Amino acid sequence: MSGKMAIIGDGDSIMVFKAAGVDAFAAENAQKARDILRKTAKEYKIIFITEELSKELAAFLKRFDEEPYPVVLTIPSKKGSTGYGDEVLKSAMERALGVDILFND
Amino acid sequence: MARLNVNPTRMELKKLKARLNTAVRGHKLLKDKSDEMIRRFSTIIKENKRLRDEVESELSEVLKQFSVARSVTPAYRAETAFAMPTSAVTADCAVKSVMGVEVPQITLVNQKRADGLPYAFTEITSEADYSVLKAAELLPKMVELAQTEKAVRLLADEIERNKRRVNALEYVMIPQLEETIKYIKSKLDENERANIVRMMKVKGNT
Repeated sequence: MSGKMAIIGDGDSIMVFKAAGVDAFAAENAQKARDILRKTAKEYKIIFITEELSKELAAFLKRFDEEPYPVVLTIPSKKGSTGYGDEVLKSAMERALGVDILFND
Repeated sequence: MARLNVNPTRMELKKLKARLNTAVRGHKLLKDKSDEMIRRFSTIIKENKRLRDEVESELSEVLKQFSVARSVTPAYRAETAFAMPTSAVTADCAVKSVMGVEVPQITLVNQKRADGLPYAFTEITSEADYSVLKAAELLPKMVELAQTEKAVRLLADEIERNKRRVNALEYVMIPQLEETIKYIKSKLDENERANIVRMMKVKGNT
């Protein structure tokens, strides 16, 4: 089973990945990103989405947590990482284990 | 703890004992499963953390470099330069099972890049070349991160669900069954004693 990859984000951040062979979709705001996600979720197996958008769509993205595919991954945008990825990781860990085994420094 | 609403008969007692037996065995199995899942989860999440740190730092660098390249090129030229990608990446998506949880297993295939840049060198500055090549290099790592992060989420969900099952068995089902069994036993004993007393009375009178 082969799948395609997509990236959703603001224009600048995604252009470089377009050159690398990932299908890029530009979205200026969360609303637009949600529409794109709806359309792409069936066709694409791996979807990268920038932090700013992912943060606003957190509730919407939860629905992708049930099935193995599509895989939605939050990546930092050109403004740099805000630590949102770590936050998500932390919440998953706390839910499963009840303790923090990574960030306890 | 409330006991179940059943008739205190030997039949019921036997049935309940069988159920208790199953519940205890199931509880033990689920508990073992939970332990093993947590062990796997902690190794995966450590891996995930490492990958994320790497990807985030490298990606920020690539994007920073790329915005430099873009800022020295007029926007419309950059747009046209990147309008037609030459290389296409597809991923081979399989599913593997970790403790009965289906997690994605992705491998990148035919990352065909005939020296990969989608534009002529005159179109844009050389910073763009570096960042595009680096982005392509980074892609497998990002896919790996996507795969582990999904596994983390799925496992976390499953662990939570499993924990709830274990707790339901341990704190509701098993105590309830035990209490009911005790109740039936005492009731049966009571009947027995009543019976004996009655017999004694009947014999004594004659």
